[in-house]
Amino acid sequence: MAAKKPAAKTNVSGEELQKFYREMLLIRRFEEKAGQLYGMGLIGGFCHLYIGQEAVVVGLEAAAEEGDKRITSYRDHGHMLACGMDPNGVMAELTGREGGYSKGKGGSMHMFSKEKHFYGGHGIVGAQVPLGAGLAFADKYKGNGRVTFTYFGDGAANQGQVYETFNMAALWDLPVVFVIENNQYAMGTAQQRSTSSPDIHTRGESFGIPGEAVDGMDVLAVKDAGERAVAHCRKGKGPYILEVKTYRYRGHSMSDPAKYRTREEVQKMREERDAIDHVRQLLIDGKHASEEDLKAVDKEIKAIVSASADFAKESPLPAAEELWTDIYAEAT
Amino acid sequence: MATEILMPALSPTMEEGTLAKWLVKEGDSVQSGDILAEIETDKATMEFEAVDDGVIGHILVPEGTENVPVNTAIATLLEDGEEAGAAPAPAATPVASAPAQAAAPAAPTEIVSQADLTPDWPEGTPMKQQTVREALRDAMAEEMRGDENVYLMGEEVAEYQGAYKVSQGLLDEFGSKRVIDTPITEHGFAGIAVGAAFGGLKPVVEFMTFNFAMQAIDQIINSAAKTLYMSGGQMGAPMVFRGPNGAAARVGAQHSQDYAAWYAQIPGLKVVMPYSAADAKGLLKSAIRDPNPVIFLENEILYGRSFDVPAMEDFTIPFGKAKIWREGTDVTLVSFGIGMQYALEAAEKLEEDGISAEVIDLRTLRPIDYDTVLKSVMKTNRCVTVEEGWPVGSIGNHLAATIMQKAFDYLDAPVLNCTGNDVPMPYAANLEKLALVTTNDVIVAVKEVTYR
Ligand SMILES: Cc1ncc(C[n+]2csc(CCOP(=O)(O)OP(=O)(O)O)c2C)c(N)n1
Ligand SMILES: [Mg+2]
Repeated sequence: MAAKKPAAKTNVSGEELQKFYREMLLIRRFEEKAGQLYGMGLIGGFCHLYIGQEAVVVGLEAAAEEGDKRITSYRDHGHMLACGMDPNGVMAELTGREGGYSKGKGGSMHMFSKEKHFYGGHGIVGAQVPLGAGLAFADKYKGNGRVTFTYFGDGAANQGQVYETFNMAALWDLPVVFVIENNQYAMGTAQQRSTSSPDIHTRGESFGIPGEAVDGMDVLAVKDAGERAVAHCRKGKGPYILEVKTYRYRGHSMSDPAKYRTREEVQKMREERDAIDHVRQLLIDGKHASEEDLKAVDKEIKAIVSASADFAKESPLPAAEELWTDIYAEAT
Repeated sequence: MATEILMPALSPTMEEGTLAKWLVKEGDSVQSGDILAEIETDKATMEFEAVDDGVIGHILVPEGTENVPVNTAIATLLEDGEEAGAAPAPAATPVASAPAQAAAPAAPTEIVSQADLTPDWPEGTPMKQQTVREALRDAMAEEMRGDENVYLMGEEVAEYQGAYKVSQGLLDEFGSKRVIDTPITEHGFAGIAVGAAFGGLKPVVEFMTFNFAMQAIDQIINSAAKTLYMSGGQMGAPMVFRGPNGAAARVGAQHSQDYAAWYAQIPGLKVVMPYSAADAKGLLKSAIRDPNPVIFLENEILYGRSFDVPAMEDFTIPFGKAKIWREGTDVTLVSFGIGMQYALEAAEKLEEDGISAEVIDLRTLRPIDYDTVLKSVMKTNRCVTVEEGWPVGSIGNHLAATIMQKAFDYLDAPVLNCTGNDVPMPYAANLEKLALVTTNDVIVAVKEVTYR
């Protein structure tokens, strides 16, 4: 973990900081609400919260352009909110209702939005990595200048298909940014217990893929790195690896007894490195916002999240007939 | 207003738990993220965190209480400044315990009474002799000419012209953008192809043989077959996975497996297994145009075999339409792929013994043309299935079950399944012969069901 205190950046506008603050806070409050609904039995199965990692997607989305694609694992709520998907549709998918993005048939781990170029939501650790390179393959084939952000975890980074993909992505110069969200744990396994060398971003070296480590608790650093990566891809130079060092505050999923790390470790991260607090401080210190302004933002976000929870509770269960739809596409 | 803190569900299966320990007391200020209590679930002791800021009002369930049902109010939380005595807010919205669920609707009925017996091509169409290999190549070339988004990828498909020469000439015509040699990375390139299909292309993935597709089966099933459903119809994988399947000759256990029954089990996939060159061509063209992932199972031994192929432009064969190769009255033989060779040979020999066999080639295993099979069995009252794969969970098993359910009263004998034997494929020539299904197996089975 890059433990240094993030330096205050001056070359960033108040407007942009406010946007980051808002987007990160939306994810955090949304996830807290999802945790609550899970506790009430309204959300079932596995539910992996993104709390603590908000700066990663928010920073990278700031480096993306319209038409760029993204794909990730089951820890996907933050990615969906950050690319502009409707919180109501996401929450209703968590509760398995008709109004969810997948009509209730995908659940927390399997959601998609063609409109927002969000390609899931994948429950098999590492499977999204070749899929993401394939999206980039299609874009290169069409020559449309688009870039795909392919997110995966420090645990997923040990899957063989990741290296198969690195090889082909480099061989074919695919415009894909591999974003390794290193939150230091894969379920209960700390990175040093599963990973032979700590610097995952160097794992592209033997394929000729440049990589860098990024402070994932600093949204500005993430955005900067994202811009470098995207520029590399758009120039036709092939893939780029960002190992974003981050931290998840909550358990792996809702049913995680969290015995593999100390309470103090989590508390220390939250107190010293929280990405939202960091931007909050920059806003206040730079006089871009007053406490009052931020309270108003908090209130507005709370209202959005509560509305999404209401929608997710009220949306009906999918009709029984839905059992038999969407198995095969009809020829057009 | 005071809100209730409810006993949380902390695992997918938890219905009640023990409130082991309170870590806060009445009057304590808490922030979201602070641990309120330790709760024992059926699996572990877990910490329970506050999700809102506030002050603990009343503790309603003392520590040490066992069997506290999920969603019981265990404490009240006051907003800053509120009195601890304030009455708790009315119980939170009663949890929508999933509204009563009606019984699952029956599958949209797949079996209609009318079998489609129309010919595959108009009578009088000129025919030409072609090998299965050439027919497959022509099908790909024609579809690639017609649709820019169709491309071929796989090991040795381009410069080497195909490990079995199926893609002969395609690199020359379409160039290296559309005919792509991959590294030996089945899992990886299958995943890339599925992603490319999500992204709007129509990949044709050649596996050098389907034995190696086991490396990629996660991407085929979990990513290609299931995404349309999991996305509520938003996106799927219009693509073809093709290559030789089943036993070649003398290549041993790891290179000689028939995967027909495996893939036929998966909703979301379509599965094709042609026998003749005309079917190979017409079905591969349909597969490439199909908006779903299609498993196209070829056979190395059949590649070099010649058949009549209609010499017509844009000739396709629809999925789910079996072909009756021979009409007969005494027994129905149902097969597909190389099994057809044994079924047809057996029918010929049986004729010499005065037994008239009807021979049906299923051609596609998902969907399966049940109608044609049932109609035939209702006529002959006997059925023998023939396939190269293993006996347990075979296509024949499935057909036997279906025939029993739909045409029980028509049967004069049990349906018999001729399959490969239940062993890994041996190398020795004599043992390999013993492991495979043979024409003689079919004849013996037919004599059994016709009581001769
Ligand atoms: C192929 C596969 N193996 C195991 C699992 C079970 N599993 C789900 S998440 C996970 C840990 C992954 O950790 P990481 O990649 O670091 O992602 P994070 O959860 O930290 O975001 C495991 C082992 C799975 N879903 N898929
Ligand atoms: Mg991790």
